[in-house]
Amino acid sequence: MLWDTFILALREIKRHVLRSLLTVLGIVIGVASVIIMVTLGSGATVQVTEQIASLGSNLLMVSPGRRLGPGRDSTAPPFKLADAEAIARDISSIAAVAPSASQPATAIFGNENWSTTINGTNNQYLKVRNWSVETGREFNDGEARAGAAVCIIGNTVREKLFKGQEPLGKRIRLGKLSFQVIGLLEAKGQSTMGTDQDDIVLIPIRAFQRRISGNKDIRLIQVSVSDGASTEKVQGEIERLMRERRHISSNEEDNFHVMDMKEITRMLTGTTQVLTALLSAVAAVSLLVGGIGIMNIMLVSVTERTREIGIRLAIGALEREVLMQFLVEAVVLSSSGGLFGIILGLLACAGLKNVLQVPFVFNPGIVILAFLFSATVGVIFGYFPALKAARLDPIEALRHE
Amino acid sequence: MVRSEQTVEHTLIKLQGVRKIYGSGQAAMHALQGIDLQIEEGEFVAIMGPSGSGKSTCLNILGCLDTPSAGTYVFKGVTVNGLNRNQRAQLRRHYLGFVFQGYNLLSRTSALENVELPLIYRGIPAKERQKRAGQALDAVGLKGWETHTPGELSGGQQQRVAIARAIVTEPAVLMTDEPTGNLDMARSHEIMELLVELNRNRGITIVMVTHEPDMAAYAKRIIHFLDGLIESDKQNGGAN
Repeated sequence: MLWDTFILALREIKRHVLRSLLTVLGIVIGVASVIIMVTLGSGATVQVTEQIASLGSNLLMVSPGRRLGPGRDSTAPPFKLADAEAIARDISSIAAVAPSASQPATAIFGNENWSTTINGTNNQYLKVRNWSVETGREFNDGEARAGAAVCIIGNTVREKLFKGQEPLGKRIRLGKLSFQVIGLLEAKGQSTMGTDQDDIVLIPIRAFQRRISGNKDIRLIQVSVSDGASTEKVQGEIERLMRERRHISSNEEDNFHVMDMKEITRMLTGTTQVLTALLSAVAAVSLLVGGIGIMNIMLVSVTERTREIGIRLAIGALEREVLMQFLVEAVVLSSSGGLFGIILGLLACAGLKNVLQVPFVFNPGIVILAFLFSATVGVIFGYFPALKAARLDPIEALRHE
Repeated sequence: MVRSEQTVEHTLIKLQGVRKIYGSGQAAMHALQGIDLQIEEGEFVAIMGPSGSGKSTCLNILGCLDTPSAGTYVFKGVTVNGLNRNQRAQLRRHYLGFVFQGYNLLSRTSALENVELPLIYRGIPAKERQKRAGQALDAVGLKGWETHTPGELSGGQQQRVAIARAIVTEPAVLMTDEPTGNLDMARSHEIMELLVELNRNRGITIVMVTHEPDMAAYAKRIIHFLDGLIESDKQNGGAN
């Protein structure tokens, strides 16, 4: 009986192809936009987490001020090189410690100049960032200790300054001084924040302090925890050490912040998720509107088919059977709209993948959810018209012209 | 005793003091004002009368589409008065066939599918349905017209499809309301001959409402309604 009802519903829909298509358009658009929003959203989230993972999950960032990001407290005293050395010396289970200080500067080579960022750090910086020198070499001990005028440049800087030329051994001007290029970093591409990670010049931290900034400030200490060691434990130890070194009494709050990758991940994916949820909610509204559209057409259909309903009731259809017929029709309409919407949404995502540079993440959960939701829309908005049909008086219905 | 039992067995329809009142108070319309009527199995009854005499109201009650305001209606030993909508639908589905003046076929639906319709509600499997619907169409002389939709059939043919739909379930009673109302003379006589044949050869009881004496003449019994009452009830000696 249900199968017959289903066939009947299909036949009825086929009879009004154009009307049925227009009816389900709202559902199609609603489902497609929900699918697009959620798929792109989870793609963006995956992208963020992947990029953070590429930094290494065991990275800790120690910075002055209470927290990283906007609203950061700049009155907190900066770190000194000795702080980084103390971390490396006093805390076990640490693989690398990279103090760094940076500032924007113009790099000049020949007639070319390029605005970039100079980052004063040490060799361990490459280790904590999972980065390596592609050609050339890292700083040697003598250069690091003496703060020699040598630099390792990122790929973007090489392209802008040297065009096709070989950079190694050449000297570039940074501020007032000339630095010899000793290494070229492998290309890394865009960061999570959308900045170009390859637009950078690394110089020894002592060279940065003496020749570029003229002070001893360290703005960031990046710590890589040894494999297998507890990040939380090391984080706690660093916090204790820093409180001690910065003479913070037990009733005062930290004036520095140790952030682990989980926190950074949370911070970055939080934004994407809120945005995704917001856009999905807007898309869900169009699903609701689509449902009302279905109810509207089903009501029209009931009026239009009053005679047919009368015939069915007269020859012995039960109320329940007429109700089912119209309900099934509404559900078939709305769920086929859902199906179209899912296909359209996934196709759109596959197409947008290249335009928006967001990976395509197939999320079966949301596909199933969208389908079930569209079917539910059919049940809810089809019920009232179906009930209206089932309650018709057969005599009145047969007389209806 | 034996005789009375047989009488009960043959009595298909029994109306006692049946009244039907539409509306209430001063605006109340008394469509039926106390009808006593008994119809036996195998009868062919024509109900005649001017419009407003209550003949269609009576047919609706007989067809379990409507319930009396007062009085009792017993169909096949079942008191219909006390039945709800769904129970009456069950009665219609199993024992009654309807043929209306306006054919009332599903538009844009093939003749075969139209005839199949009542079988769907009886839960008969598709193959069996098609076979029986085909036989019913054959019986009304429409073999070869199975795939045509009502729009592609003449009025007479459409009424034959409607009759096929009514008899496909092998009902106890065929209720017809002005079956020839929309047809020309020649077509009307063909339809009447078909009804007579169904009554004679298949033993289907027929109750027919008509206002045309020519058509009523085909019936074995003619009942005249006037102002919601039975005016006359005569066996039609000259029938067939």
